[in-house]
Amino acid sequence: MAALLFVLAIPLLGSVVLALTGQRDSAREINVGFSLGTFVATCALTVEVISGGPLFAWNREFYIDPLNVFLVTLTAFVGLTTAIFSRPYMRIERDHGKMTPNRMRLYHSMYQLFSFTMLLALTTNNLGILWVAMEAATLTTVLLVSVYRTPASLEAAWKYFILCGVGIAQALFGTVLLYMAAEKVIGTEGGALLWTNLDAVRGQLDPTIITLAFAFLFIGYATKVGLVPMHNWLPDAHAEGPTPVSAVLSGLLLNVAVYALLRCKVLTDGALHNHLAGQLMIGFGLLSVVVAAFFLSRQKDVKRMFAYSSIEHMGLITFAFGMGGPIANYAGLLHMTVHSLIKSGIFFAVGHATQKAGTQVMEDIRGLIKVSPTVGWGMMLGSLAILGMPPFGVFASEFLILTTAMREQPWATPFLLLSLGVAFASVFSRVQPMVFGETSVKPLRHPPALLPVFVHLGLGLLLGLYIPPYLDAWYRQAARMIGG
Amino acid sequence: MTWLGVVSQLLDLAVALLLAPLLSGWINQWRAWLQNKSAPGLLQPYRTLHKLFNKESVIAENASPMFRGAPYIVFGCMALASAIIPTLSTDLPLSPVADAIALVGLFAVARVFISLAAMDVGTAFGTLGARREMLIGFLAEPALLMVLFSASLISKSTSLTTIVETLAHRDLAIYPSLALAGVAFTMVSLAENARVPVDNPATHLELTMIHEALILEYSGRHLALLEWAASLKLFAYSCIGLALFFPWGVAEAEAPLALLLALPALFVKLAIGGALLALLETLSAKMRIFRVPEFLATAFLLAVIGLLVNILLAG
Amino acid sequence: MTELVGQLINLLAAILLMLSFAMISQRRILSLIHLFTAQGAALVAATVLVGYATHQPHLYLSAGITLVLKVLLIPLLLHRVINRLDVRWDVETLINIPMTMIIGIALVIFAFNLALPIAKLSVSVVRGTLGIALACVLLSFMMMITRSKAVPQVIGFLSMENGLFFAATSATYGMPMVVELGIALDVLVGILILGVFMFHIREEFDSLDIRHLEKLKED
Repeated sequence: MAALLFVLAIPLLGSVVLALTGQRDSAREINVGFSLGTFVATCALTVEVISGGPLFAWNREFYIDPLNVFLVTLTAFVGLTTAIFSRPYMRIERDHGKMTPNRMRLYHSMYQLFSFTMLLALTTNNLGILWVAMEAATLTTVLLVSVYRTPASLEAAWKYFILCGVGIAQALFGTVLLYMAAEKVIGTEGGALLWTNLDAVRGQLDPTIITLAFAFLFIGYATKVGLVPMHNWLPDAHAEGPTPVSAVLSGLLLNVAVYALLRCKVLTDGALHNHLAGQLMIGFGLLSVVVAAFFLSRQKDVKRMFAYSSIEHMGLITFAFGMGGPIANYAGLLHMTVHSLIKSGIFFAVGHATQKAGTQVMEDIRGLIKVSPTVGWGMMLGSLAILGMPPFGVFASEFLILTTAMREQPWATPFLLLSLGVAFASVFSRVQPMVFGETSVKPLRHPPALLPVFVHLGLGLLLGLYIPPYLDAWYRQAARMIGG
Repeated sequence: MTWLGVVSQLLDLAVALLLAPLLSGWINQWRAWLQNKSAPGLLQPYRTLHKLFNKESVIAENASPMFRGAPYIVFGCMALASAIIPTLSTDLPLSPVADAIALVGLFAVARVFISLAAMDVGTAFGTLGARREMLIGFLAEPALLMVLFSASLISKSTSLTTIVETLAHRDLAIYPSLALAGVAFTMVSLAENARVPVDNPATHLELTMIHEALILEYSGRHLALLEWAASLKLFAYSCIGLALFFPWGVAEAEAPLALLLALPALFVKLAIGGALLALLETLSAKMRIFRVPEFLATAFLLAVIGLLVNILLAG
Repeated sequence: MTELVGQLINLLAAILLMLSFAMISQRRILSLIHLFTAQGAALVAATVLVGYATHQPHLYLSAGITLVLKVLLIPLLLHRVINRLDVRWDVETLINIPMTMIIGIALVIFAFNLALPIAKLSVSVVRGTLGIALACVLLSFMMMITRSKAVPQVIGFLSMENGLFFAATSATYGMPMVVELGIALDVLVGILILGVFMFHIREEFDSLDIRHLEKLKED
């Protein structure tokens, strides 16, 4: 209970403190400090849940179970490493004159507030609060994306706001319908929006209402996940915001949106006794994988390219959860973890590379290995990892997803394989010259802080080789809970 | 057909014929007041009609008999329309002749003849007016039909007298569909009667006029008939509006006393309605002719939504 | 009495729908803001009536929030924005207005069709209005798509929020209080951010035309 309080209070306090002091030079360290505090608190929470089982707090408004506790830890971890990465990154941005003190303050304060909304969305048991937190996450990230105030970043932020605002509004309508269905079973008293209560009576929820509710919830949260055709905001927001923001967008926000979708899917499956939810997720997931893979080959901007790669992987995760069953769910959860780690790691490397080259256009970034071997290797290994090369974790999860697909949805397998092949060819053919190409740029004076990159890649590698037993147990429990 | 029925039918028609110019005069007076002008007398339309009837009618050399006949046909249509709308009583022997759909048809017949007559002489203005009149007509008629259907859906009949009887006799109930239909009907009436946002009855500015362009070639008794028909049309529309949306006070069969009460009720309702129309006209600006289809399409859509809402809320 | 209140709510629902249609057919930004204010007022009235009819005092509170937010504060903000930016010009639409309205009718039919089977299951006195609420949401959605200027897009966004709020009121007598407060906060913060954005966009592009915001495209 106390741990949960700290998990939520620390980032909230951090955003207030940084709103007051964010313009100072020490703000970058304060930011890391608060993120570290949050991470420690989540570790304590995790220990509590592992030893004591699912946990309710504050009048059952908060609920921690194996599904969200691992996402909470992951969120806090990536939040911490991104804060560490953004320390030197933002210093250089300030030296380049792209960040004024006021923007610095906005950035740091919003960074902590964003962490808070993510953690709130994950830990709350109330589907209404989940919606509120997702919308608040949109608002904070809109400010983060537009922090440079360039025309392109304003455009990206506006598009992001309007598209996600519209999308998330559909999710609110779905939530209203869900409440309507629940109210008939549970009554207005007693928290008809609490997920655990809904889960307890899910068999009695009216199928007609739930079908419509899920359709709206799916459109809403899938917009946030970035599934095709609601994906337009994602590449822009990733490409035009500061790189640490791209890292948390891909690493955290998309995961939390998938989480929201999963919570809704569990209820829908229980109420409908059919595979409507799963089929929707399979369809849109597969579409996203295919479309994103082909868009990958047309990208010129490095951050846009990896943004499309995020869409592709989110499609794959959605596809996996759509198939359901213990193995596919397990693979989906694993894929969420490794994608989150590796993609944010890649963005760290990309951030340094673009800062060094002064451009995000891939044709102008060359010879990273000579400029800075760590950046070059980070980028190369990261790309190989995200493309599913063994022995990284993405290989393991993609392998599981593909083998399950061959059994459950054999028709989809060729599309998946083809898309993965196209993605591999397009990403690799662009990253290779960026890393090994000829360049006239002088090597960096001081080596960039790439600890976060290699920590992330290392963890991704570890998960490919060996999954620790307690993590394995979590995944299994969560996978069983998602069911399908 | 009872004796009382015949009386109320005759009374209905007489009231329409006699009161129609008064309504126009009343509206003109209010318009003038609201615009800070000195108003013409309330009886001015009667004087105009009297003057025109006493004047010689000048007709173009190449005019066909159609040109001469049209005013009588138009006037006849309007008089018949007024006769079948239950203004004072629902006990109208003539009403089985035409239901709500036929009423719209009657207006259409009048429209066709006046447009043909306007083109008959072959002047530019007549043709221009006819074209614009048809443009308005083809959009306004379906909208009017939809409004009437909304009301018929509630009373399950297209007969005007039945509609009025059901609407007047319901318990105090609010029909959202009638609210939508009411707005649509107001818009259609403004367009059909050449009132301000669509046409200005007080102007002869060549580029904007619609109704005045149609009757530009007429003079003398023909013009008098057309002017009278125009006020009858306004009167008829007002009465349809009152019958659909404020049906209280209309007398029914076998109720001679109610018939006596119905006349003052009608007076009060028309007086208020006329003043409101003048206010509406004063407040709005005339729109460009290209915007008129949009205006009428909105009216049509509102009426359709009224129908849909009726189905939804009933279900 | 409850019967009459129910009918009044139905009437207000119809008015909400009518205002949504008026908004998609409106060209002037100033009138759009007036219409939006009127829609907020209708929503407040409907919420109060539902609260009265069903003895749910918390609906009065949410009506109060709506009144302050959607009828007073946000219109005031919008008026200030358009005064400061001097953008009371006519709005151009990407699709012409009669066409928009025909699509609008199709959306209304679609929404009513979706809502009909569900309305039958609801226990609420005003269950029929769920379809109207959904129609309002879809219409505002379309307004956001068909408008090329920033301010109408924002008004569309807010009007969609109105429709959602009405859906919550009519389907379930409102959401739990804490959720409603959260939603209100999000809307308020959202509109503030959008307001600030409009100034930035204006600064960068010398115009509030969203069509300038089309640089980021796939080649």
